[in-house]
Amino acid sequence: MSWIQGLGRSGIDFVVRLGHAVVFLCHALHGAFRCLPRFGLVIQQLYSIGVLTVLIILVSGLFVGMVLGMQGYYQLVNFSAESSLGLVVALFLVRELGPVLAALLFAGRAGSALTAEIGLMKATEQISAMEMMAVDPMKRVIGPRFVAGVIAMPLLAAMMSAIGILGGYLIGHVQFGVDSGVYWSSMNEGVDLLDDVLNGVIKSIVFGFVVTWVALFEGYDAVPTSEGVSRATTRTVVTSSLAVLGGDFILTALMFGGL
Amino acid sequence: MVEVSDLQFGYHGRAVFSGLNLRIPRGKVTVVMGPSGCGKSTLLGFIGGRIRPQGGMVRFDGEEVPYDAGERLFAMRRKMGMLFQSSALLTDLSVYENVAFPLREQTDLLEPLIRILVLMKLELVGLRGARDLMPSSLSGGMARRVALARAIVLDPAMIMYDEPFVGLDPISMGVIVKLIRELNDALGLTSVVVTHDVREGCSIADYVYLLGNGRVIGHGPPQEVMRSEQPETRQFMQGLPDGPVGYHYPAREYLADLEGPG
Repeated sequence: MSWIQGLGRSGIDFVVRLGHAVVFLCHALHGAFRCLPRFGLVIQQLYSIGVLTVLIILVSGLFVGMVLGMQGYYQLVNFSAESSLGLVVALFLVRELGPVLAALLFAGRAGSALTAEIGLMKATEQISAMEMMAVDPMKRVIGPRFVAGVIAMPLLAAMMSAIGILGGYLIGHVQFGVDSGVYWSSMNEGVDLLDDVLNGVIKSIVFGFVVTWVALFEGYDAVPTSEGVSRATTRTVVTSSLAVLGGDFILTALMFGGL
Repeated sequence: MVEVSDLQFGYHGRAVFSGLNLRIPRGKVTVVMGPSGCGKSTLLGFIGGRIRPQGGMVRFDGEEVPYDAGERLFAMRRKMGMLFQSSALLTDLSVYENVAFPLREQTDLLEPLIRILVLMKLELVGLRGARDLMPSSLSGGMARRVALARAIVLDPAMIMYDEPFVGLDPISMGVIVKLIRELNDALGLTSVVVTHDVREGCSIADYVYLLGNGRVIGHGPPQEVMRSEQPETRQFMQGLPDGPVGYHYPAREYLADLEGPG
């Protein structure tokens, strides 16, 4: 019976924690709206969450695009369809890889940093000090980070897709001699603004929301010790990565048929 | 200034307070002492509205402390300052910006006036010259003085000190002791100092409360508490290793424990 009890206890713990996370989300959203008049705070966070993540996004995007270009060319050339290389690379990136990979990298780079920062602020009593100064941490600390995360994510995903398409072009055109005009025009004709680009943007906004929510909640809920912050940081990366991948399946099914 | 009545609190099945009663007089330095883990810092949490008691009532300036994190609580906190044990300086802001933080968040004062107020408070704690340093560059004593300047920058009616003497070298400790007493008298504050340092605590106290076993075990002017013959008070004030507060944590009988797990 003990394992059944353990299972039940884990289930109850999960539901309780989920409840806490939802309550936290309500407070965070309230804080996010209230911090908007002081947009300077959001700009500061856009720098640390967004700008400092740009380099890893660009480098990763370039390599992903180059690999896509290479693999795509090897398959398409068998059917003499290498003229569709630009379309294949663009669709993969705009619909899937751009939002998903950018979100995974965002979780690893910015999400973990957010959790560690908030967790350490809690451990060093900075959050309590703010409360005692009659400053609401939801408005001053959580809100600006939440808004910045949701704004930064689609921009980073767009950068990843753009640099990936450029990487595919470099491999396709420079390495394999695919005509430059054909590469860009196939993309121009085949990629739909609403079906492909907008759906990709919606995905990245949802991922930005989820990753930032998880990261901020884990930091705020962390046990205020070095071990607690370390565990919370790990949980942020694991939970938000799984949420992104699972969410991507659901969103893809909803957007492109199947569900 | 503060009135605590019949306070009840416990966690993990252990009662921390069982009917605690005390009064913090206005304009005085009240020192709350007691062994580690007796709930001294938790008491500051109740007064500041950060921890909700399970029973009883806390009144601040004639008003019951609300625990709903609403506007009434925040309005009450604007009349309080608090110095945390860890100083709790915001690590991404300079000394100047840390002291300016409550002014920027709570007032619409213009920058020239904020500058004057910040420099005045930093001058009081002797750190006007350190305004551009970051918290990571400060010693423990300096960080506590900056936190003190921040705590008084809005001119609160009362200031709470959570273990202000812990981890300080003798010079820094002397500076903090002097500042607590002088600021209280010069600014007309009410001060609540939570500490387990008997000598420093008694040197600045107008009134002492000694906590133990979830209640007040002794109180009065420091000289009177020092002379107390009450066994629990005497053990703490004289630092005796054994007495009513046992040396050993409760455990099974020693020999039986050595023989094997029961």
